[in-house]
This record gives sequence, structure tokens and C-alpha cells, in this order.
Amino acid sequence: MDDLKQKYLTQIAGAGDEATLETIRLAAVGKKGEVALKMRELGGMTPEERQVAGPALNALKNEINSALAAKKAALADAALDARLREEWLDVTLPARSRPRGTIHPISQVTEEVTAIFAEMGFSVAEGPRIDTDWYNFDALNIPGHHPARAEMDTFYMHRAEGDNRPPHVLRTHTSPVQIRSMEAMGAPMRIICPGGVYRADYDHTHTPMFHQVEGLAIDRDISMANLKWVLEEFVKAFFEVDGVDLRFRASHFPFTEPSAEVDIRCSWEGGTLKVGEGDDWLEILGSGMVHPKVLKAGGIDPESWQGFAFGMGIDRIAMLKYGIPDLRAFFDSDLRWLRHYGFASLDQPTLHGGLSR
Amino acid sequence: MKFTLSWLKDHLDTTATLDEILYALTDLGLEVEGVEDRGAKLRDFTIGYVKSAEKHPDADRLRVCQVETDEGLKQIICGAPNAREGIVVVVAKPGVYVPGIDTTIGVGKIRGIESFGMMASEREMELSDEHDGIIELPSGEVGQSFVDWLAENDPAKVDPVIEVAITPNRPDALGVRGIARDLAARGLGTLIKRDVEAVEGTFPCPISVTIDRDTLEQCPVFYGRVIRGVKNGPSPAWLQDCLRAIGLRPISFLVDVTNFFTYDRNRPLHVFDADKIAGNALRVHRAKGGETLMGLDEKEYTFDEGMTLISDAGGVESSGGVMGGLASGCTDETTNVFLEAAYFDPIRTAYTGRALKINSDARYRFERGIDPAWTPYGIAQATRMILDHAGGEASEVIVAGKIPATDRAYKLDAARVQSLVGMDIPESEQRQTLTALGFVLEGNMAHVPSWRPDVQGEADLVEEVARVASLTKLEGKPLPRVTDGVPKPILSPMQRREAIARRTCAALGYNECVTYTFIDQASAALFGGGADATKLENPISSDMSHMRPALLPGLLQAAARNQARGFSDLALFEVGPAFHGGEPGDQHTLVSGLLVGRTGPKDVLGSSRAVDVFDVKADAEAVLAALGAPAKVQILRGASAWWHPGRHGKICLGPKKVLGVFGELHPRVLEAMDVKGPAMAFTLWPGEVPMPRKTGATRPALGISDLQAVERDFAFVVDADVEALTLVNAAMGADKALIEDVRVFDEFIGGSLGEGKKSLALTVRMQPVEQTLKDKDIEVVSAKVVENVSKATGAVLRG
Repeated sequence: MDDLKQKYLTQIAGAGDEATLETIRLAAVGKKGEVALKMRELGGMTPEERQVAGPALNALKNEINSALAAKKAALADAALDARLREEWLDVTLPARSRPRGTIHPISQVTEEVTAIFAEMGFSVAEGPRIDTDWYNFDALNIPGHHPARAEMDTFYMHRAEGDNRPPHVLRTHTSPVQIRSMEAMGAPMRIICPGGVYRADYDHTHTPMFHQVEGLAIDRDISMANLKWVLEEFVKAFFEVDGVDLRFRASHFPFTEPSAEVDIRCSWEGGTLKVGEGDDWLEILGSGMVHPKVLKAGGIDPESWQGFAFGMGIDRIAMLKYGIPDLRAFFDSDLRWLRHYGFASLDQPTLHGGLSR
Repeated sequence: MKFTLSWLKDHLDTTATLDEILYALTDLGLEVEGVEDRGAKLRDFTIGYVKSAEKHPDADRLRVCQVETDEGLKQIICGAPNAREGIVVVVAKPGVYVPGIDTTIGVGKIRGIESFGMMASEREMELSDEHDGIIELPSGEVGQSFVDWLAENDPAKVDPVIEVAITPNRPDALGVRGIARDLAARGLGTLIKRDVEAVEGTFPCPISVTIDRDTLEQCPVFYGRVIRGVKNGPSPAWLQDCLRAIGLRPISFLVDVTNFFTYDRNRPLHVFDADKIAGNALRVHRAKGGETLMGLDEKEYTFDEGMTLISDAGGVESSGGVMGGLASGCTDETTNVFLEAAYFDPIRTAYTGRALKINSDARYRFERGIDPAWTPYGIAQATRMILDHAGGEASEVIVAGKIPATDRAYKLDAARVQSLVGMDIPESEQRQTLTALGFVLEGNMAHVPSWRPDVQGEADLVEEVARVASLTKLEGKPLPRVTDGVPKPILSPMQRREAIARRTCAALGYNECVTYTFIDQASAALFGGGADATKLENPISSDMSHMRPALLPGLLQAAARNQARGFSDLALFEVGPAFHGGEPGDQHTLVSGLLVGRTGPKDVLGSSRAVDVFDVKADAEAVLAALGAPAKVQILRGASAWWHPGRHGKICLGPKKVLGVFGELHPRVLEAMDVKGPAMAFTLWPGEVPMPRKTGATRPALGISDLQAVERDFAFVVDADVEALTLVNAAMGADKALIEDVRVFDEFIGGSLGEGKKSLALTVRMQPVEQTLKDKDIEVVSAKVVENVSKATGAVLRG
């Protein structure tokens, strides 16, 4: 019996593939295999002999089966290893391309501005791009003969023959939304109005359409000092700096009184804008206390209410913050520009996560 | 508005430095746009004395001069004919830049003899065109800076020229005196009295003036007088210097006088040649329409009804407040001059100037509003200047009409000033400021000076006080929060939708564009627009003549531009307004996406393929889902003509509720817009997606069955034009409780099925809720599916 065991274990160890192993299995422990034949011999043995031979044969059978299973697993492992050795890939090949979409800087910056002012209690108001000359001019204390009308390079809409109303205009600023919002909401109120505006001007720093954001806060005792604080807080948050000097310069806008142009302290060292340091001043917006006539036009009693308004260019502050050189390129949709200056879809500006990264 | 520092100092007695003045001007609201410091470029020139001058041994015209300079005796070779011993000269030493010849002086040898500098002519220093010889100064110390010498002896040559931007509300600051007044109010000096006594006439004015009764509103007053026996010609040097410094060309003395007062006092004047006024009478009247005049600018103008004209017996001689006529203007030969000082109404002047497209200094000032009360002083001042320089004899002044009243007063509420501005400005300071600006205070009523037409209410007083007090000093004060605690969200549902649509499109791989909202008529017409209602009256170019009816034409133009640059695989989108009319509110928000070319660049994996309708369908569905649109929609056909008629679908909730359209764009549209197609696109109407009814954030409970779902596949043969969705809906209807989902997984057209037939294969997923499905149950549902689908579409189960 030891010979038998030795013979099959040697054969199993030497088997090179599964077919050989199967042949060995049949020869050893198959129904007609040698072990089976030996089992049959048990019938002719004495009970004493059987008591010795029976367990020994069973043990032999188990041992051969185990050896067969182990060898089978070893062969499979070897076969897998061999196959995997063949399965080599050049993983430096490029992957499948995923398109990378982008958000336009105007949209991104509008969301940044909205996030900052929302924190200060301002909601977002909107108005039509085509508006009446009353909302765009008269209600804002710019009567028909006012030189500001001519200076604004207004686009006028066509008037049909027989329609004698004054022509509508493409709004030259977001200020008409002030009037519409006053009419709709009344005082007190705090709104910003971002959106596209139009002036008939086209050169390397002007495009016939651009974007502004207007701010308006009306309450019982809002002062120009509050305006300055709001703008300081805005500029700090928007440009993501710890401190910034704002300079108010007296100016004139028909719809505010007093009026001020606002400059921020900055430096242009090496052609890069740094806000909050240096000795240069950069004009970024116009502002003032809402003119009583404008409040009246919006249906708000100027004896009881007062407030401030300001307006600035969204495209302009986007250019300043992100170092975008040419305004005209904003509207050209050059794929290279969109990819370079655009923002990822998940770069949603928040105050808790930061406006930019 | 330009003026020189010395001109300002004619009105303002001040010790302030130029920098202090510039700072104050900007701070007061008279924004300094530029300063031309004409002395700066001559800073390094010094004064020298020619001790000796010998002829150059090798050149007849050159002289070898020994010149005393601040650095000792220097040898300078000079070719100027007047270079000689004993003259005081201006020296540029080696290293000095000479602007007139654009050269930096070096040490050089001229014909073998060394020269250590140069003696300069006026032209070489850009002081004048004078170049006959080098400058000989009547005085000056050796080594003294030439600029200092000029400042002392000929200040006009180095006078800084200041340019300020004047806002439309400040006509008074269009005169140097108004600017001086602001500075004086700020405390930078005191105003110098400049007004002269009236000049009595010695004979009656030979020319009469009348204003038509119906014209008194547009020309309420007209002062005039004749000065006879004058000698016109070039102006004195100081006047020429003044005008040249601010960019005006001196013409002749009489004309220069009018220009001087225009800038000195914001008081436009006009001078007629009295001998050319026919009939010795001028009449101010409204134009009937059609009259013509050759203006001083030698252009002919035709007048509309109602414009203000000044005519004599021969016809129109001047357009009041806008421009004088050429025929009656003064020339060098003029000996008798008629001087006009009138007041023309700002509004009328503005309209006339705009209609005639004349941008004259007179129009600019009259339309902003000159000081009517100063009219008699203006004529006196100009008369005095003419008599002093051109001689002659003045007639009595004739006056037609009367000076319009400007007196009005507003209450100064000191507390309100502080409340509005948020600065602590004492009442006494407020009153002092207003007084310095020319207001007259009677109690707390401030009477407005006649030169400030812009002051029309209490708010204007606040502005005056604030700007003189200096807004630079304003300190920010926190704006109280609207409510305590965490701010509430502020975006409206539509505003959120726009942001969500935008970020979903970007997440799907589209690049956001912002294109002009006006496009050319032809492109607008391709997309159902281009009507006159959306036309701009004054477009900047024909490419931007009509408000866009849709976003796609702008995106297609962007695609064409990118294709021309060599970029052919494009995914562009825009979220923005489109316009269906020309009235305010005739706009609606759209979301449009455009795919052109392939899904990506060619790659080793072969994954790149041409974009197709099902790309944009998936993207449209993804955006709509993000906007909260229901999952169950209808896909209908029959969208607008710019879509491929067979390859588009409208995503609808009912036949009239269209949420969006996706599909291939019509090849003719692409061809017209120069886009290499095919191009796939979608347009969504985010406002059409129904607003959710629920109010809370809670979701309904999740119902999951533990029972095994069963899937069965069916292949149907149908006519080729039967739509898959019809089969899906019919299959879904077979058992609404049990059938959870029906998916199309195969389409096969033609082949063995024969012409006009196709096979569609569906997977029907059944999800039991109460008990496990038995074969019998499944057979019953399957039979119902086949029956429903056959009934709805004529389908036959494929064998």
C-alpha cells in the first residue's frame, strides 16, 4: 500500500496539466481505479484484516484526493500567473477623454457678488433689458434735454409708423431696476440688480453690451457712512483681502445726491493688480445717496425714507480680480478663452468655502 | 475743461502748491484728468555766460566758445550766427536730453575740437518755432535753472496746464472763476475781485435788436453794443499764450476775446462785423424751418422750425447759442464790431445742437446753463478789453428782453445733512461753506447764486456741504443687519433655476458663452425673429441690428468663429434672455446647448464618435431633471423650422406645455450661418417647468419590496415610422401596479423584416409587491403586454 501511495503522489507531483491530473485521478481513485480495486478486495478479508486494511485504504484515498486538489489549485494559480504575465497594457496610453465644461467669468462673478451681498441682507432684483425711456432716464432724474442722455450713447428701439410714444431704449444702466423694485417692494428694502446693459460704444475698452450690478438700500436712517462701510466690506470680501482703503470722491450722478466716485487703494507692480496696498488709486464704482426725486418716482416718500445706491461693472471687477486683459474677449466665445478663464461647474462661490480657489 | 495755473491765480489769491490744488480739485468733484507740467522737460537746462567766442580754425560758420556754467568754464562749439562773446545763454550739458531734437547731449569732437555741451534755441526746447539763433537772455545768473528763470520772467512758457472733467451739473466750473470759487470755499485762498465798472457809451447804438414775443422763452435777454474804429489783428502775447495753452488756436483779437470769456467766466459772447449787418437791425426769432446759414466752421446748416435764429434784413446771421455765421463774422479788416451777450435757454440749445450736430463751446455752455445775471458784466468786461487793446469808441448798450429770474431759496436742515452724509459737520461750517460758494443765507433759507442752475432743492445743498467738507474724510459705519441671526436665502426659484441649469450644463461638459443679445437681421430671421419690433434704431453695426429671438444663432456664430480658428469639436451653451417683441418684458429666459463635431478627439480606444441627437437628448433631459421637471414627459414633433424636420423632439407635458426641444439643426440654417455641420442642439424654457407643490423638505417614505423582480424581453415587428415611446407606453399600461419599468434595448430596421418594417426589443421589469410571481402570473402579464402593444401600434411579436 505504501508503494501505491508513493506511486500516485509522485505522479501527481509530476503532472503538468489538468488533463494528466484527471488521468491520474481515474487511475487512482476513479470507480475502476487501483484504490477502488483494493477496496473490493476488502470483501475477501477476515474481519481482523479488514479492520486494519479498511481505514488504511480510506486514508490513502483521502491523501490522494487532497494531493489532487492541491495540485489542481497550484496548476490553476500557475496558469493564471502565466496569463496575467501575458496581459500587459501600456498604461501610459491616454484615457478616454471626459469633456470639461466651464462657467463664464460673468456668471461666476455675479454669483460671488450675490453671495457677499446676500450675507448683508440684499436680495436679487431683475428687470427688462428693453425699457421705457421713463424708467431708464426720467424716473432717475435725467430729463429729456439732460446732457447725460446724450453722453450715455443710448441704443433706441425702432418705433413703428404712427406709434408716437418716445422710443424704448436698451437700458444704459441697471438703475431702472431701482425704480421697478421700489414700485414693487416699497421701503424698507435692500436689493442688488445684476445684469446686462448697453451703450453704443465699441473700442478696446468698451463693448456695446456689458454687465453692471446696482445696489440699493432704503431705510429710515441709512447714511453715506453706511454706504462706505458696505462697500468696504464688499471690496474686502470680493478681492479676498484683509483690509482695503476706499476713497470717496465727490462727483455727480443725476440720481444720487450727494454723489461719490469710489477708488480703491492698489498697486500695479509688475503689471499685476494688488488690491489694498501701494500708492495708486483705482476707480471702481459710482455711488451716492438716492435723490429725493428718484425716491418719489419709485413711489417712496423722501420725507420718511432715505438710502444709498451704487453701481459697478461686473465685467470690470472680473477683469481686475482674475487678471483678464480684454473686455471684448468676454463676448467672443473663443474656446481657448472660455477654457482658460472659465470656472469648473463645482466651483460654486460660497462665503463659507471661499469665493475663489 | 483746461486752464493754466497762472490763469487760475488771476482769480484765486493762494499760496497752495500745485499738488495741493490738484488734490483739492479732485476731492471737490472737479476730477483732474491730467496735468501738463511744461517745465518738467527743461528741468536740466541751466543758464550760462559766453566769456569768449573764437572762429573755429577749420570751419567758417562754427565758433569755439568758452562758456561759464555751474560746473565751471566749458568749451562749446556753436554754429548759431548770434553765438558771440558777452551773451547770457541756455546750456545743455552732456547728459541732458533736448526735446526739440530728441537727442541726449554727449561730449563730442566737431572738426577736431572737443565740445562739452550745447547752447539751445527756443525750438530746441520746444518753447516756440524760433530757430534763427540761440536764446539770448536779458538777465539770469550763471548756473541758475532755466525753468526757474522762465517762471520768474516769462511764466506763461512753463505754466502747468490742468485739465479737469466737469460733470454736467456744474456749468459754473466751465469758467476758471467757478473753479477758483470752489477752491476758495475749500480754504485754498481767496477770490480776487475782477469785475470792471460798466463802460459808458459815448453814442447811441446804431444797430437795434428785437426779440420776437414768441421767442422770449428761448432767448429772454440780449445785450449788445457797437464799438467803432477798432483795429483788429493778432492778440497780445499773453492772450495768445492763454488760448494756446488750453489747446485753442488764436484767430484774431476780437474773436480771441470771445473765446477768452468763454473759458474765463463761462460767458460765451459773439462778435459781428457791424458793417455787414444789413439794415442795422437784428431780430431774434424762431426758425420757420428750412432757413440756411453758412456757419463759422464753413459748413452749411439748415434749420428746423423753432430753432433760435438771429437775422438781419438780409437773412439769418447766427444760430443763437450754437454758432455764428461766416458772412457777418469779424475778420482782420473789421473796424466796427457789434458785441453780443445773450442768454439762450439750455433745453432749446441742447435740442438744436443735437439736431444740427454742432459741438461748439457755446452750445456746450448754454445747454448746461450760463449765469444770466452776469450778462451786463460780461459785456462791460469784454468792452473794456477791446478798448484797451484795439482802441475804438463804445456805443451805449442796448438791451432787448430782460434777465430771467433765477432767485430761489431752499431750507438748509443741518441735522438732515448730518443724517444723510453720516458726518459730523457743525451747522456753522455748513453755513460758511454755502456762503463761500455764493449762496445768501436768510435764516435757514439758502438763496441760490445765479450761476448754479443745478441747485434745485434741499438735497443739492447737502451735496454742496458734503463735497466741500470732503467725502474723503467719511468714515464707514456698519449697516445694521435686517434681522438678527442667520440670513435667509435670497434667490427666487427662477434665479436658482438659472444657476442650476448653468452648472448642470457645465458639469455635462459644455462651455458657457455670453454672446451679444443683438444679432444681424438675417440670422434673427432664421430663428423666427428679425421683425421691426425688435429692431434697434441706431445699431452700432448691421451685425448687431436686432434683438435675438433665441440663443442658438449667437451660439452658432460662436461655433463658426471657433471652427474658423481650427476648433471643430464644440460643446457651447448659454443661459440668458431672448426677445419676442420690443416692449419691456417681451423677453424670456432660455437655456440652449450646442454640440458640433465629435464627442472628443480621436483616441486609441476608438471612443470618439460624431455627436448625435441622443447626446443632446440626454443632456436636455439631465438639465430638465436638475430643474425638477417630472420624469414622465411626452416627446412630440413639429417644433420650429430651424430644426431638422425628422430629427428633433419637443419635450412636453401635454401638447401646449413645451419644456424644451432637442434635435439636429436644419442643414440650411447651418449653411446660412457658415457652420460646418451637422450640429445638435437643445433649447429649454426653465420658466415652463412646473414649480413644485410641496412646501417642506421632507421626502416621501421609501417603499422597497424584498420580493424578486422579474424581467422579460419582447421583440416586436412594427412599421418603421412607429415610435418607440408608443410601444413603451402601451407596455407600461399592461399592468400599472406590477410593471415598474420598460426599456428599449434594441432597434433593427429592414433586412429580413422587409422594406418599411423594423423590430424593437423591450425589456419589461415586473416588481411584485405582495407575493413572489409564479410562471402563470408572468404569462398573464406578458400576454397583456403583447396585446396592448399590438393594439396600440399594430405590432407583431417577432417569432
